[in-house]
Formats: sequence, structure tokens, C-alpha cells
Amino acid sequence: MIEQHIVTYREEAIELLAELETSLLELEETPGDAELIGRVFRAMHTIKGSGAMFGFDEIAGFTHEVETVFDLVRNGKMAVTKQLLNLTLRARDHIKTLLDASVTGAAIDRSDGDAVIAGLKQLVPGVEPVAAVRAAQESAPVAQAADGDRKTWRIRFKPIPEIFLSGANPLNLINELRDLGTCHVIAHTDLIPHLNEMNPEHCYLYWDVILTTNRGLDAIKDVFIFCEDDCDLKIDLVDDGQEESDQSYKKLGDILVERGDLSPVEMNKILGLQKRFGELAVAVGAVTPDKIQSALVEQQQVKNVRQERAAQDATTSIRVPAERLDQLVNLVGELVTVQAHLSQTAAIQNNAEFAAIAEEVERLTGELRDTALNIRMLPIGSTFTKFKRLVRDLSQELGKEIEMETEGAETELDKTVIEKLNDPLVHLIRNSIDHGIEMPDVRLAAGKPAQGTVHLGAVHSGDSVLITIRDDGAGLDRDRIRDKAIERGLISVNAELTDKEIYNMIFAPGFSTAAKVTSVSGRGVGMDVVKKGIEALRGSIDIASTKGAGSTITLRIPLTLAIIESLLVRIDTSYFVLPLSHVEECVELTRDDIKNAHGRNLANVRGTIIPYIPLREQFEIGSNRPEIEQIVIAGINGNKIGFVVDSVIGEHQTVIKTLGRMYRDVKGVSGATILGDGTVALILDMGVLLQVVEAQELTASF
Amino acid sequence: MSVTDINETVQYLTFKLAEETFALDVAKVREILELSNITKVPQTPDFMRGVINLRGSVVPVIDMRLKFGMPATVQTVNTCIIVAEVQMEDEIIVLGALADSVQEVVEMEPEQIEAAPHIGTHLNTDYIKGMGKLGERFIMILDIDRVFTVDELTDVQR
Repeated sequence: MIEQHIVTYREEAIELLAELETSLLELEETPGDAELIGRVFRAMHTIKGSGAMFGFDEIAGFTHEVETVFDLVRNGKMAVTKQLLNLTLRARDHIKTLLDASVTGAAIDRSDGDAVIAGLKQLVPGVEPVAAVRAAQESAPVAQAADGDRKTWRIRFKPIPEIFLSGANPLNLINELRDLGTCHVIAHTDLIPHLNEMNPEHCYLYWDVILTTNRGLDAIKDVFIFCEDDCDLKIDLVDDGQEESDQSYKKLGDILVERGDLSPVEMNKILGLQKRFGELAVAVGAVTPDKIQSALVEQQQVKNVRQERAAQDATTSIRVPAERLDQLVNLVGELVTVQAHLSQTAAIQNNAEFAAIAEEVERLTGELRDTALNIRMLPIGSTFTKFKRLVRDLSQELGKEIEMETEGAETELDKTVIEKLNDPLVHLIRNSIDHGIEMPDVRLAAGKPAQGTVHLGAVHSGDSVLITIRDDGAGLDRDRIRDKAIERGLISVNAELTDKEIYNMIFAPGFSTAAKVTSVSGRGVGMDVVKKGIEALRGSIDIASTKGAGSTITLRIPLTLAIIESLLVRIDTSYFVLPLSHVEECVELTRDDIKNAHGRNLANVRGTIIPYIPLREQFEIGSNRPEIEQIVIAGINGNKIGFVVDSVIGEHQTVIKTLGRMYRDVKGVSGATILGDGTVALILDMGVLLQVVEAQELTASF
Repeated sequence: MSVTDINETVQYLTFKLAEETFALDVAKVREILELSNITKVPQTPDFMRGVINLRGSVVPVIDMRLKFGMPATVQTVNTCIIVAEVQMEDEIIVLGALADSVQEVVEMEPEQIEAAPHIGTHLNTDYIKGMGKLGERFIMILDIDRVFTVDELTDVQR
């Protein structure tokens, strides 16, 4: 159980850290925003609180120090400065390190944490108070910080009359209780004597406090720790935060009896009178109106809390381990396969009733598939925030002024795709910052604003998501890339290349035009890794650039990795699957066409020459070519390439299966799928196939 | 693993490749299938026969005869696929091995098993855990994890 709580704590802490980062970055833009400060404070407070609860003492200790500083900010005693935000961001990173280390058991460099604390402490004295910043909320944030086990307690606090003599002030104690959570206080005045008998130095009041808090009994007892002997204290749990079904609470009479304000006998007597209980109880003189008031308040508060909880439960989301979702998607994938089989069988059977059932199953399976895949969809926004941080840190390091704009953060993508997109995007953004955006003085000289802009956008487009990284920097230097490519022997001196082909050179391994190597980029590792990463996601990269005005890199990423729309084709007895997103059209290839091309693998499609790859030869599949073959024309990196197959069968919902470790190095085959009749068809990666053929022809021509 | 590591009674599945009888620890065997349609993956060595559909999973199939330098398996009614779990570095992968016929499950004591001779088996003795003596017959006990060492299987570019 504990183990499970720890895992949950880690997950929550990671989320809180992400929220902390977002809030801090937003705070940088609007430094006086009390709500943001409150959010920062609450995030840290929760990390600290639950950290201590689950034995993450180091995290709790460290966070406490940072929280203390932010408490000053929250109370308007300290201003939000850039320095403070820098340190707090570093503190966030340190907490993350501590958290990671608790999993991996790695050694922790504590000097960084100490440096942050020291820096924060330096900031504290001599700071002018800022009036604009006021406390985030009137009620203490503690109660809102964690909604874990919110319990409702009834506290009867009856100090001895001489309590003032001990120096304690009951009101302070009650205010302290208020800080623990939602709180209602009722003062009882029935013990106040007549004026002539009253000792002004005595306390005649006592209180009922109905407190809803997640802090537990100890926290409440702690409030009274210094006056335990000077008061009559009774703490009862009236709502344990668990019971969910029943929103109503005990009857008023029961509450009074339970408190000992009314005896059961008296209660029954009153009940016999059949009037409103509260009025009756007072009328009979059994209890004072104060006590009734107090009990009513308790009733109301518990009711409210329970109602609130019921409302929360209705809209709340649940946390599910990722592997369970993966399992669900896998099962849906198998269902899709079985359904294909069913539809196929139904088509052969020629039985109307059976066909109707098969159609119904097909419709339901389709919906189930979409729903299951949807569950794994997450907005890409969380990654965007991370990049805000990256841009901020890097631009500071490089002395550039860069603003980051994001657009389409709500665009949803498969969870695994988002994870795998992270590294390529980091590389691309680093490149934009380091190579793209110029230094402020250079920019001013070029007539541009000193502050550069990196724009990160995401938008849906069919079954893909387009992600653009646009900067208003120097743009790619066509000639420099060309020279470098010639120097490295990638192209010949007199090769005629389009801009696009030249820009694509930057994806060659080890390619860099940076004059000097910085810590950010220029070592020439990166762009080829980016390309590989994107291709692994079955995506593509497109570059557009204007010298002096900036460049735009567009990534096209499929929505999901699990199921794709594809084109099923056949060569001899083997079936292959081509991803439909790349396919543009299919045309016939006759014997005459082949003869007219004089042995070259070129086809004339409506006046355009399109090179093609005969897959039959490429895969060394024996037997004779049929009279009429089909060319599937695909757009790859902006070029049209044909793939020759025996026949095109049609569109196919392809559930992607990996070929496993044994076949992971096979070029041109990205996976397999199972067809309706149970046979396995291979999924072809047309981009890689093209590269393989290009490489073969290059070696053949030498 | 060598013959000295065999120190308890183990059940073995025996099967035939050409005329020879081989054995495999039953703990490694997941199931035995009839020969079904194998999809060849292009540009892979001959002994990697391709992939099959095993109740929705794609499982690679190996021709052990080719692997051991015998002529390729000829399909008969007895030809079957032994689906085994093979340890590859740190992960366990499931793969199918073609066999001419599956015989029986036998129990062998450690003393029935001797180290494989270095010559005379016409096989790479790296793949053999030991020679089991069953009555008058000799059975070659395969070390399946070594038959499918990673570098060999994943190095399909050759």
C-alpha cells in the first residue's frame, strides 16, 4: 500500500512541478498576479506536505525553504523579481532531481540546492514591500492544496475561566484553527453571569468549532498544545471524508445527544411533541438557543461538504496506468483484425442476416477503436511549456532576446507520440535560437526588432498533426550549405539542386555550418537525429526559409502509432501495406510502357516523368511479372516516386504490429499487420525503401 | 551453459531434423503449431523463414535445418513449428522453429547426459548443451538461447 502511495506521490509531484514551472513562467510576464503567486505557493506547499508524509524528507526540507520565501511574496513583503524567479526555477529543477534520484538511487549533488537556498536567503532582507501583491485568498490555501481526506471535526473548546491569567488568548487559538480549513465558530454565552457577579478577568465563553480539514487530528491538537491543561477540550470526528453515498447528516437531536447537551430521555420527550425539534428543545428549556445554533451549523457544514464532494466526484478524472491503456488499445487492435475476418466471411456467405450483423460489428468496432485511441490523446501543450523554459534559459545564456509564442497547445496527439516528439523538438528549437535568431545588435542593424521570436504551433490536418517551428532570424544560408555539402562530398560541384534539396542537406549526419561550436549546437549532431526521430514516428520534415527573414520547419506527425489507414497491395502471393498518408494515386503500368521507357524505371504519368521502384525485383520475388502492373505513386520529401506492385487491393485499416527484435534492422519494412484471413502482411516504409534504392544505385554507378 | 550445469532431472521435447533427433528443455517450449502460411520478410537470410500470425501476434520463424547447415526443410504433413521462448540478452523473445516432426517428451537424469564431442556431430558444438543417451539412441540437447544468439539473428544486413 505504502509503495503505491509513493508512486502516486511521485506522479503527483511531477505534475505539480510542471504546474509550478508554468506558473513561474507566467508570473514572469505578470509579476503582480496574486493568483499566480498563490498557485506557486500551493504547488510547493503540497509537494512539501505530501513529501513529508511519504518519507521524502529531503524534498520536504528543501521545498520548505523555498516555500518560506514565497510566503513572504504572498504576503506582499517581497517583490517578484527576475532573480527570484530564476532561483525558484532552479529550485524546481533541484526538486525534480531529488525526486528522480529517489527512483534511480543516483547520487545527488546537494551543492546546487544549497546554492539556491543561499541565493533565496540573500534576497529576503531589505526588499521593499510591494503593495500590489496581496494574499492570494482570505482562507488559507492549505485546505485547497490537497483534497485528499477532508474530514470534518467538531471541537468543543471550553477554557477555564482563569485562562487569561496564563497569557493565552482563546481567539488566537480559534484563528489558528481557521487556518487549517473551512471553519465555523459558534460562541456560547450561556455561562456569562450577571454583570454584578462577573469578574472581568475571567473568560466565560466557550466555543464550538466545526472544522473541515485534511490535516488530521494531530494538527488540531497542536493548536491547543500550550493550553491543554487550562481548558476542557473535546474533539470529535463527525465526517470522515469517506462516506459518499449519503449527503444528509444526523438529525439535530442526535447531534445534541451525542454532544452531551441533551439526554436521550429528554430527546424522546421532545420528539413526542411533533414540532420542529430546535424550537421545541429551546421552548422546553433543555438547551439554549446558542447550542441549537451550533448544532444547526454543524449539520449545514457537513451537508455542504458532502454535497461538494458528490459534485466533485461526478466530474473528476481518474488516474490509470499507461500500460492498461496500451493493453486496451492492443485488444482493440485485435478486435479490428477479427472484425475484418468476420466482414470477409460475411461477404462470402451471401447471407443477408449474417451480413447485417457483420456490418453492425464493423460499425461498433470502428467507434470502439476511435474511442480507445482517443483515451490516449493528450494536448501537446504540456510539452510547449517545457520549451518556454528552454527558450528562456538558452536566450539568457547566449545573450539574445527571444520571445516564444505558442499556438494550438490544445491540439491532441497520442501520448507515446508526444513523448517521442520531445527530443526532436528540443533540437529544432535549440537550432532556431542558436543559428536562427541573431544577436540584438545585428538584428537592429538589419532593421528588425531587437527581440527575436520563436513561434511554435500545432494544428490538425487530416490524420496528421502539423507542428511548425518558425523563427524570424537569419534564415538558412543556401550557398553556405551548398559549399559545405560539396566539401563533404555529399553532392558534386555542378549538381543542380532546388532550394528544398539543398535545405535537406542539413539532415545529413555530421552536417553543421556553424562557424564555431557552442554549448548549444554546432557540433553537427542533431539534425540527422531529428530526422530519424521524426521518421520513427512515420512523420516527415519540411523546411522553408528566406535569407534574412527566418525559417520555418514543419513536422507532419501521424495522430497515432497504433492503427493507420493504408493501401493493401499484392505482389505474387505476398501482401504488403503502404501507408495511405503518402499515397497520391495509382496508375497502370503495361508491358508497352516498359518497352517504351527502354529499360529505365521511369513512367510517363500525364506528361510528368516519374521514377519508380519495381518492388518485385527489389524484394527478389520470383515468378513472372503480370501483363499489367500497378504503380502506386507516393509523395516522399516533396518528390513523386512510384512503387510497382502486381495489383492494388484497396484501402485497409492496419493495426500495426512490430516485427520484434529479430527483424528490427530490416530496411524498408516498418512492421507487420494481420489481414482478415489471418495472413501476415508487411508494412512498407516507402521513405526508407527509396533511400535503400538510392544507395544501391549510387554504389552501382561507381 | 554446458553439460556440467545439468544437475537435475529435466523433461525434454524431442524432435527430428532430417534423420537426427534433437531435444529441447520443455520449459522453453510454449506450444507446437501446424505449419501455416509463413510470410517472408524481404532481404533477410534464408534461414529466417519469415513471420506467422500466432493468435494476433507476429512471431518470427527460423528454419533450424538451414541454420545447422542441412538442406532446407521440405514440407510434409509432419512438419511443424515449435514455438519457444528464447533469452536474448536481457529480454525473452518468442520465436518459432521449423522441425520435420515432433517425437515425444522424455525425462532424462543428469547421468544420462554427456558432454558433446567436439568432432563427429557435423554441428557447431556451441549450440549443443550435451548428448543424451536414451536406450540405444543419442539425442542432441540444444542450447536454444545460443542457437539464436543476438548478433546472428539481428545482423540481417549480411
